[in-house]
Amino acid sequence: MSASLAPTPFRVDSTRRETEDTWTLDLVAEGGEPLRFEPGQFTMLYAFGVGEVPISVSGDPARPQTLVHTVRAVGAVTRAVCAAGAGDRLGVRGPFGRAWPRPAAGTDVVFVAGGLGLAPLRPAIYAALEDRERHGRVIVLYGGRAPEQLLYREQLDAWRERDDLELAVTVDAAGEGWRGRVGVVPGLLERAQLDPQRSVVLACGPEVMMRFSVDAAVALGIDPGRVFVSLERNMRCAVGHCGHCQLGGSFVCRDGPVFAWPEIAPQLRVAER
Amino acid sequence: MRTIAELVSEAEIFAGMRDEHLELIAGCGRNEVIRDGEYAFHQGDPADTFFAIRTGMVALEIAAPARPRLVIETLEPGDVLGWSWLVPPYRVRFDARAVGTVHAVAFDGACLRGKCETDSELGYELYRRFAVVITERLQATRMRLLDVYGDPVATVG
Repeated sequence: MSASLAPTPFRVDSTRRETEDTWTLDLVAEGGEPLRFEPGQFTMLYAFGVGEVPISVSGDPARPQTLVHTVRAVGAVTRAVCAAGAGDRLGVRGPFGRAWPRPAAGTDVVFVAGGLGLAPLRPAIYAALEDRERHGRVIVLYGGRAPEQLLYREQLDAWRERDDLELAVTVDAAGEGWRGRVGVVPGLLERAQLDPQRSVVLACGPEVMMRFSVDAAVALGIDPGRVFVSLERNMRCAVGHCGHCQLGGSFVCRDGPVFAWPEIAPQLRVAER
Repeated sequence: MRTIAELVSEAEIFAGMRDEHLELIAGCGRNEVIRDGEYAFHQGDPADTFFAIRTGMVALEIAAPARPRLVIETLEPGDVLGWSWLVPPYRVRFDARAVGTVHAVAFDGACLRGKCETDSELGYELYRRFAVVITERLQATRMRLLDVYGDPVATVG
């Protein structure tokens, strides 16, 4: 069997509850061999006896000894993964897929995340901060449904303290105890005072949010070719054979999940049945 | 200390307006400081004032029986707080609470409506600009009605 089709056993080292239904798992390979990945790639995570599901890697690519996944429990497999505790065993295939592009030197890098979409972007944010001198501004714009549904809240606090990263967080609605922004993510883009010639946008989140965000970025003068998005689709084989994730002429697992906006925009405006 | 005329000429909502119009608008304006937690206005109040926010943040809230107060939008420097002064029945629809100290230029809406009645060019300019504000807020509201983060289809991620 091809190595890309055979799961490698990993042990759950620790878990953290991010929100009511979302968990972050730190995994370590039983064989000890780190799983090296590029930001934006995903693995197929296998809950033995239940099934397999594609999950973006959300850890630091400079620290591959720990494979970090953030998973929302929405189906049988993801519920089984989220229920795993320290010492439990999961299978991992991958990494798969096309990574986020490495922005050219001097570029202002704008990360636009919505909801769980911060997870696939976080490795790219780590990489940008690891190589901070290379970039102009590093901007993280993050939106969620409500304050209690934001991911990585300690991480957000740490990023907020940095003077080499600009973080703006907004939620759709909040109680009166929330002292942050309430509004939509495209509004953050409009307020970020971007230089359209210097900016590259990496976006991940619900597709409707990404479409509105890309529209806002393009309206600000950013070339659509400098806008990249990561898509979710029903990946099964992860190697472009089974066709479950086909979108137009692309297989999201093999040709994505990261696409330049002009590559994929026409398909995203087609209603699915 | 900056004059109201200076502050009006710098406000985003009035950018590019003719000097004589800015002067008319400034005649209806005054400086206002809203302390943290204080309300600029409450739901149901006569909509006789609107604000051009200079510093600080304002939370638009709504209260409903047996439910906690809900913040539905925040407004920031450069934003306009209040457009009900332009639209009958001239009543405020939400509560507006300062989050931190807010400095703003407050405008007497009734005064400005009167000037718009007698100067149709000024009226056109103001309605045109506020139409953009109202449209942007409507679009943002529609976007939130989609509840995009409630989508349960989470595979990658």
